[in-house]
Amino acid sequence: MRHFPLTALKGAILAALTALPALAFDGRTVTDATGREVQVPANPARVLAAGPPASTLLYVLKPEAMVGWVRAPREADLPFLRPEAAALPELGQLTGKGDTLNLEVLLTATPEVIVDYGTVNDTYKDLAVRVQDQSGLPYVLIDGGFAVLPQSIRQMGDVLAVPERAETLAAYAESALAETDALLAGIPEDQRPSVYLARGPEGLETATKGSINAEIIERVGGRNVAEEGTGNLATVSPEQVQAWAPDVIITIDRDFAANVGTMPEWQGIPAVANGRVYLAPAAPFGFIDRPPSVNRLIGLKWLAHKLYPDHAKGDLRADVAGFYDLFYGVTLDEPALSALLGD
Amino acid sequence: MSLRFRRFWVTERSLAPLLLAGLAAALLAGVAIGPFPLSLRQIGAVLGGGGEVQATTVLWNIRLPRVFAAAMVGAALAAAGATYQTAFRNPLVSPDILGVSAGAGFGAVLGILLGLPVLMIQLTGFVTGLATVALVLGLALSLRGGGQVLVMVLCGIAVGALAGAGISLVKLMADPEQQLPAITFWLMGSLAGAKRADVAAALPAIVAGLLPLVLLRWRIGLLALGDDEAKSLGVEATRLRLLIIACATLMTSAAVSMAGVVGWIGLMVPHMARLLTGPRFDRLLPAAALIGAGFMVLVDTAARSIAQMEVPLGILTAVLGAPVFVWLLARGSRGWAE
Repeated sequence: MRHFPLTALKGAILAALTALPALAFDGRTVTDATGREVQVPANPARVLAAGPPASTLLYVLKPEAMVGWVRAPREADLPFLRPEAAALPELGQLTGKGDTLNLEVLLTATPEVIVDYGTVNDTYKDLAVRVQDQSGLPYVLIDGGFAVLPQSIRQMGDVLAVPERAETLAAYAESALAETDALLAGIPEDQRPSVYLARGPEGLETATKGSINAEIIERVGGRNVAEEGTGNLATVSPEQVQAWAPDVIITIDRDFAANVGTMPEWQGIPAVANGRVYLAPAAPFGFIDRPPSVNRLIGLKWLAHKLYPDHAKGDLRADVAGFYDLFYGVTLDEPALSALLGD
Repeated sequence: MSLRFRRFWVTERSLAPLLLAGLAAALLAGVAIGPFPLSLRQIGAVLGGGGEVQATTVLWNIRLPRVFAAAMVGAALAAAGATYQTAFRNPLVSPDILGVSAGAGFGAVLGILLGLPVLMIQLTGFVTGLATVALVLGLALSLRGGGQVLVMVLCGIAVGALAGAGISLVKLMADPEQQLPAITFWLMGSLAGAKRADVAAALPAIVAGLLPLVLLRWRIGLLALGDDEAKSLGVEATRLRLLIIACATLMTSAAVSMAGVVGWIGLMVPHMARLLTGPRFDRLLPAAALIGAGFMVLVDTAARSIAQMEVPLGILTAVLGAPVFVWLLARGSRGWAE
């Protein structure tokens, strides 16, 4: 008699555990970038993004389904986001360096599906399997490479059950990439500038060639001077930048952009001497990376105008306004546009 | 300490010129080598007041301040290490035993997190480094057996652990794409951003810390005999120890706030120096400072030259330093036992 209640309890828990997935599943099966077959709800209404790139992709495709941000938007980002999405809570990050999202917090947010968008390797595949096993929530990983951007948008649209929206955005991505290719076809290799990507207040952090943070520069035909190095980010000495003598400096740091003209160790570099140091706009998402997601599509056009002022076609301001309207759901007036682009 | 410990291959008289020549050679190498190709002729032209514009920029604005900063940091850390080891009568002590590196590190990474300007980041690091040691000393003096070396060191470990926890917290809160790499790199030590303004800001603190040590070198040496013996020779051990800890901390904090956390120099260089000079502090201090300066200039030259990307100093000091240290240990092992 003494052991009966325990057995009954065990039975009840087992029954509940086996019933849970059965209750949740009234949807379909998708295959993600790791080749796993994942069962997702027919029309997920609550979706959690595992990292910043996924967060941005989720925002542009189905903002009403977001349960929160990986990192809360900064004050400066708020005018460039839909108000209802901007107010969502910060939940933390599940992937990349440092898990800041606790699985219990994750479950408290009651998502129906977790989406991740970015690097596909064994680490992230493992993470997907582990989180899915532990939380009982479907976890879909989608390839974040630049080249497959249109397909990835469609794939994510499929998971989120917003295929028309995804098709519109994917078509935009395809035309933006095609436009870049057409532009590059008319510019011989030797007329493409060498580019240094400056990060940090001293401008001494950079992203090496092939890294996800600098990928866009190569996509627009710029020659990243930082060719060596295995990691994504590296620190270099100002002397090394002098030796590289880049034609153009792209920076994501406001302080550096403001001060480089007066910093003695940067004088004599062609980019500085010719006034070709450009600060990449960063609100609500960066033009270069931060995060490396669909936000880079407008970065392609911006970079084309900065690297090839004589060749780039179209009105950049109109393009930016159109992109913000289509992707972010905000209408920019002239002052907002000027503030964003720093013109 | 045993006398066998002294001078295992250099005679007393030849030591000073040898060390000075070594430092001069290191400085020359530091000025001549770097990622920007400059021939000796170009360097000569620039130093003579002429030369091309870009060569002048590279040499005057980038390379010379950096070489000077490296020499300064190396000398400060090594001198501080020698001082601490003598003051605590313990060869395992390094300048960060009282939490100065952890404290300065915490202040600096907090500055990075808050997005402060670079000079402010350095100033925050400097101030928190000093504040940490002040807290440790205050705690140690107010506890039972106040002023005892052991109590001091234990307080340093406790407060250092707190500062370490603060650093971890800041890393957790930092933006993983923009701030975290900067924080990580800073914690490994680098002079990549050293400029004239940094040197000018750190120099007074380092001189102010070093000068009293040089002036009091005889008395400090007496501390090695033990507090009672020192007292019988007229030295107020506790007060003197506090003073020289303050001086060494001032130097270390200035060095760390400029170069980040560069490990090993403060522990290893004093030992290298001691194997050449013996334990007498009045001879140890200048030798440690000279070796530290030369070693740091060489390490920093390697840091900026072996790859296009900067190699953090902390990695190089350990990779280059550890084998040298073990070799010295093997050579001098008989002298190590008291």
